[in-house]
Amino acid sequence: MAKRRLVLTFPPEVVERPVVATLVKEFDVLTNILRAQVHEGEIGRMLVELEAEPENIKAAIRYLQEIRVVVEDAIKDIELNEESCIDCGACTAVCVPRALNISPPEWKLELNKERCILCGFCVDACPLRIISVRF
Amino acid sequence: MVKTVEEINERIKKGEAVVLTAEEMTHLVREVGAAEASRKVDVVTTGTFGPMCSSGVFMNLGHSEPPMKMHRVWLNDVPVCADLAAVDIYIGATAVSDSEGMNYGGGHLIEDLLRGKWLKLRANAIPTDCYPRREIQTYINLASVNQAFLFNPRNAYQNYACATNGSDRTLYTYMGVLMPNFGNVTYSSAGELSPLLNDPYYRTIGVGTRIFLGGAQGYVAWQGTQHRPSVERTSRGIPVGPGGTLALIGDLKKMSPEFIKAARFHRYGVSLYVGVGIPVPVLDEEMALCTGVGNDEIYTYIYDYSEASRSRKPIRKVSYAELQSGKVEIMGKKAISAPVSSIRMARRIASVLKDWIKRGDFLLSEPVEALPQEGTLNTLDIREREDK
Repeated sequence: MAKRRLVLTFPPEVVERPVVATLVKEFDVLTNILRAQVHEGEIGRMLVELEAEPENIKAAIRYLQEIRVVVEDAIKDIELNEESCIDCGACTAVCVPRALNISPPEWKLELNKERCILCGFCVDACPLRIISVRF
Repeated sequence: MVKTVEEINERIKKGEAVVLTAEEMTHLVREVGAAEASRKVDVVTTGTFGPMCSSGVFMNLGHSEPPMKMHRVWLNDVPVCADLAAVDIYIGATAVSDSEGMNYGGGHLIEDLLRGKWLKLRANAIPTDCYPRREIQTYINLASVNQAFLFNPRNAYQNYACATNGSDRTLYTYMGVLMPNFGNVTYSSAGELSPLLNDPYYRTIGVGTRIFLGGAQGYVAWQGTQHRPSVERTSRGIPVGPGGTLALIGDLKKMSPEFIKAARFHRYGVSLYVGVGIPVPVLDEEMALCTGVGNDEIYTYIYDYSEASRSRKPIRKVSYAELQSGKVEIMGKKAISAPVSSIRMARRIASVLKDWIKRGDFLLSEPVEALPQEGTLNTLDIREREDK
């Protein structure tokens, strides 16, 4: 089994279709919705984690692209300006999935993009405003 | 073994002084005991790098032609304090921009000055015979002005309270973002590295003590505002929660933007991260014991910040060892605990100060006057009329 974390952008005409159900039923892909913003008649965005055999994930992505869903890797969507970071750790207070972590002995802020669910809470929590999240 | 500051300075000048950071001293005292450590070590360096809201810069702008007695002054649209003679101003770190609100403020002005940026100066005045000018608009930077010195009324808090949130909505505070239902706990102290926790009764730190401030040499000017030595203390004299504070002074023109950083706390406002480091002379066994303090011996209380009152009831007592583990037990569950002040930078400051002393570039100074060892705080009461 393989896992992939993707940001899906739905054009308005696809928003109303049962896309996630299709991924599960037709492609045998476990689809975990981590975050979603979907409004009828507008563009929708969804952060999903797909878990399946690698070939099934590939087929599922092909299907999504065929119905004009934009598929992007999620890890590109959080950016931390490490050069400006003072390692205060204030952002870790709001990071429930522990993508942002600070701990002894180094006390250096670590960002594990694989764990990020792009909730964006850290953007407001950072006193230096050096984290950006695109979702 | 008993030493004097003078003797230690002689050793520093000869390049013979033994200097440890507060973390290194804690290890040594635990290994060999305070008596042995006092024989081995001359100076312990401390450090802290946290948001210190009660900070600011006094500055003399120089006189315009014709001259002007400035009454209202803005820098980059941030109101600064005037009404100090004609062209003296004070930039308060927490002032916010008239046009950009909380996104830009006094802290940013101070950092921008250190980065060599030009600031737009706007001022108006009531003309007088000797100061006829009514308005001015121009640009200044750190090189163009006369004196510019950081004068921070309250820095280097000796311990601080921890924040949590028992309500069902997110709170935005100077202690960071507090998640609902006790979702997290935030703390703001460098713990065993923090200056006043290494000299709990202010034996060696007092008025006139030479310090590291913002990357340059500065001084303790006075007791800080809200200096409150008469608080609950542990058996080793460490305040449990906020205790003493320091007013600090230093030449902004010699400081570095690495150690002075603007901060914006979302929906709270602007503040300033200030880097402070204070050397503690190990005069005797007692000072070795004091500087040997560890995070498992420093405690504070956690308060529910959703109770918007000056007399909140503490939820529980907690050690810095537990806080720094990243998880704290609160109301029967484990919550995230996160720092607001940078321990990595606190450590860096202690180590820079250590290097200065070892190189002989920084000599210790004895306090000109001691800080008060007793005292509590008054409250601001709402009175209908003057009290008799």
